[in-house]
Amino acid sequence: MTVNRREQVLSYAVLAVFAIVALYPIVSIMLLALHRRSDLVTGFSIPDHPTFHTFREAWELGGFGSGLVNSLIVAGTVAIATAVLATLAGYAFGSMRFRGANALFYLLLIGLIFPYEATVIPLYYVFRDVGLTDSLWALILPQIGLSVPFGTFWMRAFFRSTPGALVEASRLDGASSFATLWRVLLPQAWPAITTMIVLVFMWTWNEFLLALVMIQSDSLRTAPLGLALFAGANRYSDPTLTAAAAVLVALPIVIVYVFLQRSFIRGMFAGAVKE
Amino acid sequence: MSVSTPAGVGDTGHPAGARAPAGVTEAPRLKVNIRAPGEPRRVAYLYLAPALLFYLVFAFGPLIYTTWLSFFKWDGITVGTWVGLDNYNQVLSDPAIRSSFVHSLVLIVFYALLPCALGLFIASIMVHSRVRGVGFFRAVLFLPQTIATVVVAIAWVWIYGQNGPINEGLRAIGLGGLARSWLGDFNLALPAVGLVGTWVMFGLCMVLFIAGIQKIPTSLYEAARVDGAGRWREFLAVTLPSLRGELAVALTLTTIFALRTFDLVYVATSGGPGSSTTVPSWLVYQNAFAVGRVGLAAAVAVVLTIIIFAVAFLITRIVDRDPTT
Repeated sequence: MTVNRREQVLSYAVLAVFAIVALYPIVSIMLLALHRRSDLVTGFSIPDHPTFHTFREAWELGGFGSGLVNSLIVAGTVAIATAVLATLAGYAFGSMRFRGANALFYLLLIGLIFPYEATVIPLYYVFRDVGLTDSLWALILPQIGLSVPFGTFWMRAFFRSTPGALVEASRLDGASSFATLWRVLLPQAWPAITTMIVLVFMWTWNEFLLALVMIQSDSLRTAPLGLALFAGANRYSDPTLTAAAAVLVALPIVIVYVFLQRSFIRGMFAGAVKE
Repeated sequence: MSVSTPAGVGDTGHPAGARAPAGVTEAPRLKVNIRAPGEPRRVAYLYLAPALLFYLVFAFGPLIYTTWLSFFKWDGITVGTWVGLDNYNQVLSDPAIRSSFVHSLVLIVFYALLPCALGLFIASIMVHSRVRGVGFFRAVLFLPQTIATVVVAIAWVWIYGQNGPINEGLRAIGLGGLARSWLGDFNLALPAVGLVGTWVMFGLCMVLFIAGIQKIPTSLYEAARVDGAGRWREFLAVTLPSLRGELAVALTLTTIFALRTFDLVYVATSGGPGSSTTVPSWLVYQNAFAVGRVGLAAAVAVVLTIIIFAVAFLITRIVDRDPTT
Protein backbone atom coordinates (compact mmCIF):
# COMPACT_ATOMS: atom_id res chain seq x y z
CA MET A 1 0.00 0.00 0.00
CA THR A 2 1.33 3.42 -0.87
CA VAL A 3 1.82 5.69 2.03
CA ASN A 4 -0.11 8.85 1.57
CA ARG A 5 2.16 11.87 1.85
CA ARG A 6 -0.42 14.09 3.39
CA GLU A 7 -1.18 11.55 6.08
CA GLN A 8 2.51 11.24 6.78
CA VAL A 9 2.80 14.96 7.44
CA LEU A 10 -0.36 14.93 9.52
CA SER A 11 1.00 12.11 11.67
CA TYR A 12 4.18 13.99 12.40
CA ALA A 13 2.22 17.13 13.22
CA VAL A 14 -0.04 15.27 15.64
CA LEU A 15 2.89 13.53 17.31
CA ALA A 16 4.76 16.81 17.64
CA VAL A 17 1.77 18.58 19.21
CA PHE A 18 1.33 15.86 21.79
CA ALA A 19 5.04 15.66 22.50
CA ILE A 20 4.93 19.38 23.30
CA VAL A 21 1.92 18.86 25.55
CA ALA A 22 3.81 16.10 27.38
CA LEU A 23 6.92 18.23 27.81
CA TYR A 24 5.35 21.59 28.60
CA PRO A 25 4.70 21.22 32.35
CA ILE A 26 8.15 19.74 32.85
CA VAL A 27 9.93 22.46 30.91
CA SER A 28 7.79 25.09 32.56
CA ILE A 29 8.75 24.01 36.08
CA MET A 30 12.43 23.81 35.11
CA LEU A 31 12.39 27.31 33.69
CA LEU A 32 10.63 28.57 36.77
CA ALA A 33 13.36 27.05 38.91
CA LEU A 34 16.02 28.98 36.98
CA HIS A 35 14.48 32.31 37.93
CA ARG A 36 15.05 34.37 41.01
CA ARG A 37 12.19 35.05 43.33
CA SER A 38 12.53 38.75 42.55
CA ASP A 39 11.80 38.07 38.88
CA LEU A 40 8.14 37.61 39.86
CA VAL A 41 7.56 35.15 37.08
CA THR A 42 4.12 34.97 35.56
CA GLY A 43 3.18 32.66 32.78
CA PHE A 44 5.81 31.19 30.52
CA SER A 45 9.09 32.97 30.68
CA ILE A 46 12.64 32.21 29.78
CA PRO A 47 15.03 33.57 32.38
CA ASP A 48 17.26 36.49 31.31
CA HIS A 49 19.95 35.49 33.75
CA PRO A 50 19.48 31.82 34.57
CA THR A 51 20.49 31.12 38.13
CA PHE A 52 21.21 27.93 39.99
CA HIS A 53 21.06 29.71 43.27
CA THR A 54 17.47 28.52 43.85
CA PHE A 55 18.68 24.95 43.79
CA ARG A 56 21.26 25.61 46.45
CA GLU A 57 18.81 27.47 48.62
CA ALA A 58 16.14 24.80 48.28
CA TRP A 59 18.73 22.13 49.02
CA GLU A 60 19.79 23.88 52.21
CA LEU A 61 16.36 24.97 53.43
CA GLY A 62 14.53 21.78 52.62
CA GLY A 63 17.16 19.32 53.79
CA PHE A 64 17.00 17.54 50.45
CA GLY A 65 20.45 16.08 50.91
CA SER A 66 19.20 13.68 53.55
CA GLY A 67 15.89 13.24 51.70
CA LEU A 68 17.64 12.08 48.56
CA VAL A 69 19.94 9.78 50.53
CA ASN A 70 16.97 8.25 52.37
CA SER A 71 15.13 7.72 49.11
CA LEU A 72 18.22 6.16 47.61
CA ILE A 73 18.58 3.76 50.55
CA VAL A 74 14.91 2.80 50.51
CA ALA A 75 14.51 2.47 46.74
CA GLY A 76 17.88 0.72 46.33
CA THR A 77 17.22 -1.82 49.05
CA VAL A 78 13.69 -2.52 47.85
CA ALA A 79 14.79 -2.90 44.22
CA ILE A 80 17.65 -5.27 44.99
CA ALA A 81 15.73 -7.36 47.51
CA THR A 82 12.84 -7.62 45.09
CA ALA A 83 15.20 -8.67 42.32
CA VAL A 84 16.61 -11.52 44.41
CA LEU A 85 13.25 -12.75 45.72
CA ALA A 86 11.47 -12.40 42.40
CA THR A 87 14.22 -14.14 40.45
CA LEU A 88 14.04 -17.15 42.75
CA ALA A 89 10.24 -17.23 42.70
CA GLY A 90 10.04 -16.57 38.96
CA TYR A 91 12.46 -19.46 38.39
CA ALA A 92 10.16 -21.78 40.30
CA PHE A 93 7.04 -20.60 38.48
CA GLY A 94 8.70 -20.40 35.10
CA SER A 95 10.62 -23.63 34.84
CA MET A 96 9.44 -26.07 37.49
CA ARG A 97 6.27 -28.04 37.99
CA PHE A 98 4.79 -28.45 41.38
CA ARG A 99 1.46 -28.90 43.04
CA GLY A 100 -0.48 -25.71 43.65
CA ALA A 101 1.57 -23.67 41.19
CA ASN A 102 -1.51 -22.07 39.70
CA ALA A 103 -3.17 -21.31 43.01
CA LEU A 104 0.00 -19.70 44.36
CA PHE A 105 0.48 -17.75 41.18
CA TYR A 106 -3.05 -16.36 41.30
CA LEU A 107 -2.58 -15.46 44.94
CA LEU A 108 0.43 -13.42 43.87
CA LEU A 109 -1.44 -11.90 40.93
CA ILE A 110 -3.92 -10.34 43.35
CA GLY A 111 -0.96 -8.29 44.53
CA LEU A 112 -0.64 -6.74 41.08
CA ILE A 113 -3.93 -4.92 41.28
CA PHE A 114 -5.02 -4.37 44.85
CA PRO A 115 -4.58 -0.81 46.06
CA TYR A 116 -1.84 -0.65 48.65
CA GLU A 117 -3.76 2.22 50.20
CA ALA A 118 -5.81 -0.60 51.73
CA THR A 119 -2.78 -2.09 53.52
CA VAL A 120 -1.46 1.10 55.05
CA ILE A 121 -3.83 1.15 58.03
CA PRO A 122 -2.82 -2.14 59.70
CA LEU A 123 0.80 -1.68 58.63
CA TYR A 124 0.94 1.57 60.54
CA TYR A 125 -0.75 0.31 63.70
CA VAL A 126 1.17 -2.96 63.81
CA PHE A 127 4.49 -1.24 63.13
CA ARG A 128 3.68 1.31 65.81
CA ASP A 129 3.14 -1.48 68.34
CA VAL A 130 6.45 -3.15 67.52
CA GLY A 131 8.31 0.15 67.33
CA LEU A 132 9.05 0.10 63.61
CA THR A 133 7.31 3.34 62.64
CA ASP A 134 9.53 6.31 62.00
CA SER A 135 12.29 4.15 60.60
CA LEU A 136 13.32 3.38 57.05
CA TRP A 137 12.39 -0.27 57.68
CA ALA A 138 8.77 0.85 57.80
CA LEU A 139 9.16 1.88 54.18
CA ILE A 140 11.46 -0.89 52.99
CA LEU A 141 9.70 -4.01 54.26
CA PRO A 142 6.18 -3.25 52.98
CA GLN A 143 7.45 -2.10 49.63
CA ILE A 144 9.37 -5.33 49.10
CA GLY A 145 6.12 -7.16 49.76
CA LEU A 146 4.31 -4.91 47.31
CA SER A 147 6.91 -5.20 44.56
CA VAL A 148 7.34 -8.96 44.71
CA PRO A 149 4.17 -9.71 42.69
CA PHE A 150 5.27 -7.62 39.72
CA GLY A 151 8.83 -8.91 39.92
CA THR A 152 7.79 -12.55 40.10
CA PHE A 153 5.33 -12.09 37.27
CA TRP A 154 8.03 -10.49 35.16
CA MET A 155 10.74 -13.07 35.88
CA ARG A 156 8.31 -15.94 35.35
CA ALA A 157 7.64 -14.61 31.87
CA PHE A 158 11.38 -14.47 31.28
CA PHE A 159 12.07 -18.00 32.49
CA ARG A 160 9.19 -19.36 30.45
CA SER A 161 10.71 -17.77 27.36
CA THR A 162 14.14 -19.38 27.77
CA PRO A 163 14.63 -22.58 25.79
CA GLY A 164 13.85 -25.59 27.93
CA ALA A 165 16.63 -27.50 26.18
CA LEU A 166 19.19 -25.41 28.04
CA VAL A 167 17.78 -26.33 31.39
CA GLU A 168 17.41 -29.93 30.30
CA ALA A 169 21.02 -30.19 29.17
CA SER A 170 22.30 -28.69 32.38
CA ARG A 171 20.17 -31.11 34.36
CA LEU A 172 21.50 -34.07 32.43
CA ASP A 173 24.98 -32.89 33.29
CA GLY A 174 23.96 -33.44 36.87
CA ALA A 175 23.75 -29.79 37.84
CA SER A 176 21.53 -28.95 40.78
CA SER A 177 18.58 -26.69 40.24
CA PHE A 178 20.48 -23.80 41.79
CA ALA A 179 23.56 -24.40 39.65
CA THR A 180 21.32 -24.40 36.61
CA LEU A 181 19.86 -21.06 37.63
CA TRP A 182 23.22 -19.56 38.54
CA ARG A 183 25.36 -20.76 35.65
CA VAL A 184 22.95 -21.32 32.79
CA LEU A 185 20.00 -19.01 33.20
CA LEU A 186 21.25 -15.95 35.08
CA PRO A 187 23.82 -14.92 32.47
CA GLN A 188 20.93 -14.48 30.02
CA ALA A 189 18.59 -12.99 32.55
CA TRP A 190 20.45 -9.75 33.22
CA PRO A 191 18.49 -7.56 30.80
CA ALA A 192 15.21 -8.75 32.30
CA ILE A 193 16.51 -8.29 35.83
CA THR A 194 17.82 -4.81 35.04
CA THR A 195 14.45 -3.76 33.70
CA MET A 196 12.78 -5.00 36.83
CA ILE A 197 15.24 -3.24 39.10
CA VAL A 198 14.83 0.03 37.23
CA LEU A 199 11.04 -0.06 37.43
CA VAL A 200 10.84 -1.07 41.07
CA PHE A 201 13.42 1.58 41.91
CA MET A 202 11.35 4.22 40.16
CA TRP A 203 8.06 3.22 41.79
CA THR A 204 9.67 3.11 45.20
CA TRP A 205 11.46 6.42 44.70
CA ASN A 206 8.19 8.12 43.75
CA GLU A 207 6.13 6.59 46.56
CA PHE A 208 4.47 9.08 48.87
CA LEU A 209 1.61 7.80 51.05
CA LEU A 210 3.59 5.21 53.00
CA ALA A 211 6.27 7.76 53.85
CA LEU A 212 3.63 10.29 54.84
CA VAL A 213 2.05 7.83 57.25
CA MET A 214 5.17 6.20 58.70
CA ILE A 215 7.78 8.93 59.01
CA GLN A 216 7.73 11.63 61.64
CA SER A 217 11.39 12.64 61.98
CA ASP A 218 12.72 15.31 59.64
CA SER A 219 15.91 13.36 59.17
CA LEU A 220 14.11 10.25 57.87
CA ARG A 221 11.94 11.92 55.25
CA THR A 222 12.12 10.60 51.73
CA ALA A 223 12.57 13.07 48.89
CA PRO A 224 8.89 13.18 47.80
CA LEU A 225 7.71 13.54 51.40
CA GLY A 226 10.20 16.33 52.06
CA LEU A 227 9.11 17.99 48.84
CA ALA A 228 5.40 17.85 49.68
CA LEU A 229 6.00 19.44 53.08
CA PHE A 230 8.41 21.98 51.63
CA ALA A 231 5.88 22.94 48.95
CA GLY A 232 3.17 23.27 51.56
CA ALA A 233 5.28 25.84 53.36
CA ASN A 234 6.82 27.78 50.45
CA ARG A 235 4.52 27.39 47.47
CA TYR A 236 2.94 30.81 47.67
CA SER A 237 5.77 32.76 49.20
CA ASP A 238 8.41 31.54 46.74
CA PRO A 239 7.33 29.52 43.71
CA THR A 240 10.83 29.49 42.23
CA LEU A 241 12.24 27.77 45.29
CA THR A 242 9.46 25.17 45.27
CA ALA A 243 10.07 24.55 41.58
CA ALA A 244 13.77 24.04 42.21
CA ALA A 245 12.99 21.54 44.95
CA ALA A 246 10.61 19.66 42.65
CA VAL A 247 13.28 19.47 39.94
CA LEU A 248 15.79 18.12 42.48
CA VAL A 249 13.43 15.31 43.44
CA ALA A 250 12.45 14.36 39.89
CA LEU A 251 15.90 14.65 38.35
CA PRO A 252 17.52 11.37 39.44
CA ILE A 253 14.72 9.29 37.92
CA VAL A 254 14.57 11.38 34.76
CA ILE A 255 18.31 10.93 34.25
CA VAL A 256 18.00 7.17 34.65
CA TYR A 257 15.02 7.26 32.29
CA VAL A 258 16.93 9.09 29.59
CA PHE A 259 19.50 6.31 29.53
CA LEU A 260 17.25 3.32 30.06
CA GLN A 261 13.96 4.40 28.54
CA ARG A 262 13.60 1.23 26.48
CA SER A 263 13.67 -0.86 29.62
CA PHE A 264 11.14 1.40 31.30
CA ILE A 265 8.62 1.24 28.51
CA ARG A 266 9.03 -2.45 27.81
CA GLY A 267 8.63 -3.31 31.46
CA MET A 268 5.59 -1.13 32.05
CA PHE A 269 3.70 -2.80 29.25
CA ALA A 270 4.93 -6.34 29.58
CA GLY A 271 3.87 -6.25 33.19
CA ALA A 272 0.34 -5.70 32.08
CA VAL A 273 0.16 -7.31 28.66
CA LYS A 274 1.13 -10.80 29.70
CA GLU A 275 -1.93 -12.97 30.31
CA MET B 1 14.85 -9.06 23.05
CA SER B 2 12.82 -12.12 23.67
CA VAL B 3 11.71 -11.12 27.12
CA SER B 4 8.35 -9.86 26.08
CA THR B 5 7.34 -12.95 24.14
CA PRO B 6 7.43 -15.84 26.51
CA ALA B 7 5.36 -18.40 24.64
CA GLY B 8 6.96 -20.85 22.27
CA VAL B 9 10.12 -22.79 21.67
CA GLY B 10 11.28 -24.31 24.87
CA ASP B 11 8.19 -23.70 26.87
CA THR B 12 8.04 -26.22 29.64
CA GLY B 13 5.13 -28.15 28.29
CA HIS B 14 2.53 -25.43 28.50
CA PRO B 15 0.59 -25.18 25.28
CA ALA B 16 2.05 -22.28 23.34
CA GLY B 17 0.30 -19.03 24.04
CA ALA B 18 -1.91 -20.66 26.64
CA ARG B 19 -3.70 -18.34 28.96
CA ALA B 20 -3.11 -20.81 31.76
CA PRO B 21 -6.69 -21.56 32.74
CA ALA B 22 -6.90 -22.79 36.29
CA GLY B 23 -5.95 -26.39 36.84
CA VAL B 24 -4.68 -27.24 33.39
CA THR B 25 -1.00 -27.38 34.11
CA GLU B 26 -0.84 -30.16 36.65
CA ALA B 27 2.09 -32.43 35.93
CA PRO B 28 0.48 -35.90 36.05
CA ARG B 29 -1.60 -35.18 32.97
CA LEU B 30 1.43 -35.00 30.70
CA LYS B 31 2.10 -37.99 28.53
CA VAL B 32 5.31 -37.29 26.66
CA ASN B 33 6.91 -34.60 28.62
CA ILE B 34 7.32 -36.39 31.93
CA ARG B 35 10.94 -35.47 32.27
CA ALA B 36 10.32 -31.92 31.24
CA PRO B 37 12.95 -29.35 32.11
CA GLY B 38 10.80 -28.29 34.99
CA GLU B 39 12.87 -30.69 37.04
CA PRO B 40 12.32 -31.28 40.73
CA ARG B 41 8.92 -30.82 42.24
CA ARG B 42 9.53 -30.09 45.87
CA VAL B 43 12.46 -27.76 45.66
CA ALA B 44 10.21 -25.23 43.93
CA TYR B 45 8.62 -24.33 47.26
CA LEU B 46 12.02 -23.45 48.62
CA TYR B 47 12.54 -20.96 45.80
CA LEU B 48 9.09 -19.49 46.32
CA ALA B 49 9.18 -19.24 50.09
CA PRO B 50 11.05 -15.95 50.59
CA ALA B 51 9.01 -14.03 48.03
CA LEU B 52 5.73 -15.44 49.30
CA LEU B 53 6.69 -14.71 52.87
CA PHE B 54 7.29 -11.02 52.18
CA TYR B 55 4.16 -10.79 50.09
CA LEU B 56 1.95 -12.48 52.67
CA VAL B 57 3.34 -10.65 55.68
CA PHE B 58 3.59 -7.16 54.24
CA ALA B 59 0.96 -6.97 51.51
CA PHE B 60 -1.67 -9.68 51.42
CA GLY B 61 -1.83 -10.15 55.18
CA PRO B 62 -2.43 -6.46 55.87
CA LEU B 63 -5.20 -6.48 53.26
CA ILE B 64 -6.96 -9.22 55.24
CA TYR B 65 -6.27 -7.38 58.48
CA THR B 66 -7.84 -4.23 57.00
CA THR B 67 -10.98 -6.23 56.30
CA TRP B 68 -11.01 -7.42 59.92
CA LEU B 69 -10.56 -3.86 61.21
CA SER B 70 -13.48 -2.70 59.10
CA PHE B 71 -15.87 -4.52 61.45
CA PHE B 72 -14.73 -2.49 64.46
CA LYS B 73 -15.24 0.96 65.82
CA TRP B 74 -11.73 1.93 66.83
CA ASP B 75 -9.93 5.22 67.44
CA GLY B 76 -6.46 3.71 67.07
CA ILE B 77 -5.64 4.06 70.78
CA THR B 78 -8.20 2.51 73.10
CA VAL B 79 -9.78 -0.92 72.71
CA GLY B 80 -12.02 -1.25 69.69
CA THR B 81 -15.60 -2.50 69.75
CA TRP B 82 -17.14 -4.91 67.27
CA VAL B 83 -19.84 -3.15 65.25
CA GLY B 84 -20.53 -5.67 62.51
CA LEU B 85 -21.46 -4.01 59.26
CA ASP B 86 -22.07 -0.56 60.73
CA ASN B 87 -19.05 0.94 59.02
CA TYR B 88 -20.25 -0.37 55.67
CA ASN B 89 -23.69 1.09 56.31
CA GLN B 90 -22.01 4.39 56.88
CA VAL B 91 -19.95 4.09 53.71
CA LEU B 92 -23.14 3.55 51.75
CA SER B 93 -25.21 6.22 53.45
CA ASP B 94 -22.80 9.03 54.38
CA PRO B 95 -23.12 11.66 51.64
CA ALA B 96 -19.50 12.79 52.10
CA ILE B 97 -18.19 9.27 51.51
CA ARG B 98 -20.57 8.61 48.66
CA SER B 99 -19.54 11.78 46.92
CA SER B 100 -15.87 10.76 47.17
CA PHE B 101 -16.71 7.67 45.12
CA VAL B 102 -18.63 9.80 42.65
CA HIS B 103 -15.53 11.98 42.32
CA SER B 104 -13.61 8.81 41.51
CA LEU B 105 -16.01 8.12 38.67
CA VAL B 106 -15.41 11.60 37.30
CA LEU B 107 -11.66 11.00 37.56
CA ILE B 108 -12.05 7.75 35.60
CA VAL B 109 -13.47 9.79 32.72
CA PHE B 110 -10.39 12.00 32.78
CA TYR B 111 -7.71 9.43 33.62
CA ALA B 112 -8.99 6.51 31.57
CA LEU B 113 -11.66 7.28 28.99
CA LEU B 114 -10.25 10.55 27.69
CA PRO B 115 -6.66 9.29 27.24
CA CYS B 116 -7.86 6.08 25.60
CA ALA B 117 -10.20 7.93 23.23
CA LEU B 118 -7.40 10.35 22.39
CA GLY B 119 -4.97 7.49 21.90
CA LEU B 120 -7.34 5.62 19.60
CA PHE B 121 -8.04 8.72 17.56
CA ILE B 122 -4.36 9.37 17.05
CA ALA B 123 -3.65 5.75 16.31
CA SER B 124 -6.33 5.79 13.64
CA ILE B 125 -4.80 8.87 12.04
CA MET B 126 -1.47 7.12 11.90
CA VAL B 127 -2.72 3.84 10.52
CA HIS B 128 -1.44 4.47 7.02
CA SER B 129 1.74 6.29 7.86
CA ARG B 130 5.13 4.85 8.49
CA VAL B 131 6.56 7.33 10.92
CA ARG B 132 10.28 7.51 11.53
CA GLY B 133 11.60 8.47 14.91
CA VAL B 134 8.85 6.63 16.76
CA GLY B 135 11.41 5.83 19.45
CA PHE B 136 11.94 9.50 20.19
CA PHE B 137 8.25 10.33 20.39
CA ARG B 138 7.61 7.28 22.50
CA ALA B 139 10.26 8.32 25.00
CA VAL B 140 8.87 11.85 25.24
CA LEU B 141 5.23 10.81 25.49
CA PHE B 142 6.10 8.35 28.19
CA LEU B 143 8.05 10.82 30.31
CA PRO B 144 5.10 11.92 32.52
CA GLN B 145 4.86 8.32 33.76
CA THR B 146 8.29 8.49 35.34
CA ILE B 147 7.87 11.65 37.36
CA ALA B 148 6.79 11.45 41.00
CA THR B 149 3.16 12.47 41.41
CA VAL B 150 4.21 14.95 44.08
CA VAL B 151 6.37 16.71 41.49
CA VAL B 152 3.60 16.54 38.89
CA ALA B 153 1.20 18.08 41.39
CA ILE B 154 3.58 20.94 42.14
CA ALA B 155 4.09 21.67 38.45
CA TRP B 156 0.34 21.78 37.83
CA VAL B 157 -0.43 23.85 40.89
CA TRP B 158 1.86 26.43 39.32
CA ILE B 159 0.26 26.07 35.89
CA TYR B 160 -3.26 26.46 37.30
CA GLY B 161 -2.21 29.19 39.74
CA GLN B 162 -3.39 32.78 39.90
CA ASN B 163 -0.31 33.98 37.98
CA GLY B 164 0.37 30.75 36.19
CA PRO B 165 0.70 30.19 32.44
CA ILE B 166 -3.00 29.45 31.87
CA ASN B 167 -4.24 32.65 33.42
CA GLU B 168 -1.44 34.67 31.84
CA GLY B 169 -2.31 33.15 28.49
CA LEU B 170 -5.96 34.11 28.93
CA ARG B 171 -4.98 37.67 29.87
CA ALA B 172 -2.65 37.90 26.91
CA ILE B 173 -5.47 37.17 24.48
CA GLY B 174 -7.87 39.52 26.20
CA LEU B 175 -9.83 36.90 28.08
CA GLY B 176 -8.56 37.99 31.47
CA GLY B 177 -12.12 37.85 32.75
CA LEU B 178 -11.92 34.07 32.62
CA ALA B 179 -8.74 33.92 34.66
CA ARG B 180 -9.22 32.39 38.06
CA SER B 181 -7.62 30.13 40.60
CA TRP B 182 -8.59 26.93 38.86
CA LEU B 183 -7.93 24.61 41.76
CA GLY B 184 -9.80 26.93 44.12
CA ASP B 185 -13.03 26.86 42.15
CA PHE B 186 -15.75 24.61 43.55
CA ASN B 187 -16.96 23.48 40.15
CA LEU B 188 -13.68 23.37 38.28
CA ALA B 189 -11.25 21.91 40.83
CA LEU B 190 -12.23 18.30 40.16
CA PRO B 191 -12.00 18.53 36.35
CA ALA B 192 -8.73 20.41 36.80
CA VAL B 193 -7.33 17.55 38.89
CA GLY B 194 -8.74 15.14 36.32
CA LEU B 195 -6.92 16.86 33.48
CA VAL B 196 -3.64 16.37 35.31
CA GLY B 197 -4.46 12.66 35.25
CA THR B 198 -5.17 12.93 31.54
CA TRP B 199 -1.75 14.48 31.07
CA VAL B 200 -0.05 11.70 33.03
CA MET B 201 -1.87 8.94 31.15
CA PHE B 202 -2.39 10.01 27.54
CA GLY B 203 1.18 9.24 26.51
CA LEU B 204 0.94 5.73 27.87
CA CYS B 205 -2.22 5.09 25.86
CA MET B 206 -0.75 6.58 22.71
CA VAL B 207 2.43 4.56 22.97
CA LEU B 208 0.47 1.37 23.51
CA PHE B 209 -1.90 1.95 20.61
CA ILE B 210 0.76 3.12 18.18
CA ALA B 211 2.72 -0.05 18.94
CA GLY B 212 -0.50 -1.99 18.41
CA ILE B 213 -1.38 -0.59 15.00
CA GLN B 214 2.05 -1.37 13.67
CA LYS B 215 1.33 -5.03 14.24
CA ILE B 216 -1.89 -4.99 12.21
CA PRO B 217 -1.22 -6.64 8.85
CA THR B 218 -1.78 -4.14 6.02
CA SER B 219 -3.68 -6.85 4.14
CA LEU B 220 -6.58 -6.31 6.54
CA TYR B 221 -6.78 -2.70 5.46
CA GLU B 222 -6.48 -3.62 1.81
CA ALA B 223 -9.37 -6.05 2.25
CA ALA B 224 -11.43 -3.36 3.94
CA ARG B 225 -10.66 -0.98 1.10
CA VAL B 226 -11.69 -3.55 -1.51
CA ASP B 227 -14.96 -3.88 0.35
CA GLY B 228 -15.40 -0.16 -0.09
CA ALA B 229 -15.01 0.72 3.57
CA GLY B 230 -14.52 4.38 4.47
CA ARG B 231 -12.26 5.66 7.23
CA TRP B 232 -14.89 5.23 9.90
CA ARG B 233 -15.89 1.68 8.86
CA GLU B 234 -12.25 0.79 8.55
CA PHE B 235 -11.68 1.99 12.10
CA LEU B 236 -14.61 -0.02 13.45
CA ALA B 237 -13.92 -3.15 11.43
CA VAL B 238 -10.15 -3.38 11.52
CA THR B 239 -8.36 -0.97 13.86
CA LEU B 240 -10.57 -1.22 16.92
CA PRO B 241 -10.84 -5.04 17.02
CA SER B 242 -7.11 -5.41 16.44
CA LEU B 243 -6.31 -3.10 19.34
CA ARG B 244 -8.56 -4.94 21.77
CA GLY B 245 -5.70 -6.30 23.86
CA GLU B 246 -3.94 -2.95 24.07
CA LEU B 247 -7.22 -1.26 24.92
CA ALA B 248 -7.80 -3.66 27.80
CA VAL B 249 -4.32 -3.02 29.20
CA ALA B 250 -4.65 0.73 28.86
CA LEU B 251 -8.12 0.83 30.43
CA THR B 252 -7.09 -1.40 33.33
CA LEU B 253 -3.93 0.55 34.15
CA THR B 254 -5.56 3.97 33.87
CA THR B 255 -8.77 3.10 35.69
CA ILE B 256 -6.94 1.58 38.62
CA PHE B 257 -4.68 4.62 38.73
CA ALA B 258 -7.76 6.89 38.76
CA LEU B 259 -9.39 4.96 41.59
CA ARG B 260 -6.22 5.06 43.67
CA THR B 261 -5.56 8.79 43.31
CA PHE B 262 -4.06 10.13 46.51
CA ASP B 263 -0.78 12.00 46.10
CA LEU B 264 -2.20 14.43 43.57
CA VAL B 265 -5.17 15.36 45.74
CA TYR B 266 -3.05 15.58 48.87
CA VAL B 267 -0.56 17.99 47.35
CA ALA B 268 -2.72 19.95 44.93
CA THR B 269 -6.03 20.45 46.74
CA SER B 270 -6.19 18.60 50.08
CA GLY B 271 -9.65 17.52 49.01
CA GLY B 272 -10.85 21.09 48.65
CA PRO B 273 -12.18 23.59 48.09
CA GLY B 274 -14.81 22.40 50.55
CA SER B 275 -14.98 18.71 49.80
CA SER B 276 -15.12 19.10 46.02
CA THR B 277 -12.05 16.93 45.30
CA THR B 278 -12.19 14.32 48.06
CA VAL B 279 -11.45 10.80 46.85
CA PRO B 280 -11.68 7.45 48.68
CA SER B 281 -7.95 7.14 49.48
CA TRP B 282 -8.00 10.64 50.88
CA LEU B 283 -10.85 9.61 53.21
CA VAL B 284 -8.92 6.47 54.17
CA TYR B 285 -5.96 8.63 55.15
CA GLN B 286 -8.04 11.25 56.95
CA ASN B 287 -10.15 8.80 58.93
CA ALA B 288 -7.35 6.41 59.81
CA PHE B 289 -4.66 8.90 60.76
CA ALA B 290 -6.21 12.30 61.41
CA VAL B 291 -9.61 11.87 63.04
CA GLY B 292 -9.26 8.42 64.59
CA ARG B 293 -12.06 6.57 62.84
CA VAL B 294 -9.93 3.61 61.88
CA GLY B 295 -12.76 1.15 61.35
CA LEU B 296 -14.54 3.45 58.96
CA ALA B 297 -11.32 4.10 57.07
CA ALA B 298 -10.81 0.37 56.74
CA ALA B 299 -14.34 -0.05 55.39
CA VAL B 300 -13.72 2.62 52.76
CA ALA B 301 -10.46 0.87 51.83
CA VAL B 302 -12.22 -2.48 51.49
CA VAL B 303 -14.98 -1.04 49.30
CA LEU B 304 -12.32 0.64 47.14
CA THR B 305 -10.47 -2.66 46.82
CA ILE B 306 -13.63 -4.50 45.81
CA ILE B 307 -14.39 -1.88 43.18
CA ILE B 308 -10.88 -2.16 41.77
CA PHE B 309 -11.12 -5.94 41.54
CA ALA B 310 -14.53 -5.69 39.90
CA VAL B 311 -13.26 -3.19 37.35
CA ALA B 312 -10.18 -5.25 36.49
CA PHE B 313 -12.33 -8.37 36.16
CA LEU B 314 -14.96 -6.64 34.04
CA ILE B 315 -12.49 -5.12 31.63
CA THR B 316 -10.77 -8.46 31.11
CA ARG B 317 -14.13 -10.14 30.59
CA ILE B 318 -15.47 -7.65 28.10
CA VAL B 319 -12.31 -7.69 26.08
CA ASP B 320 -11.88 -11.46 26.11
CA ARG B 321 -15.42 -12.17 25.01
CA ASP B 322 -15.11 -10.84 21.50
CA PRO B 323 -13.93 -13.76 19.36
CA THR B 324 -12.98 -11.90 16.15
CA THR B 325 -9.27 -12.52 16.42
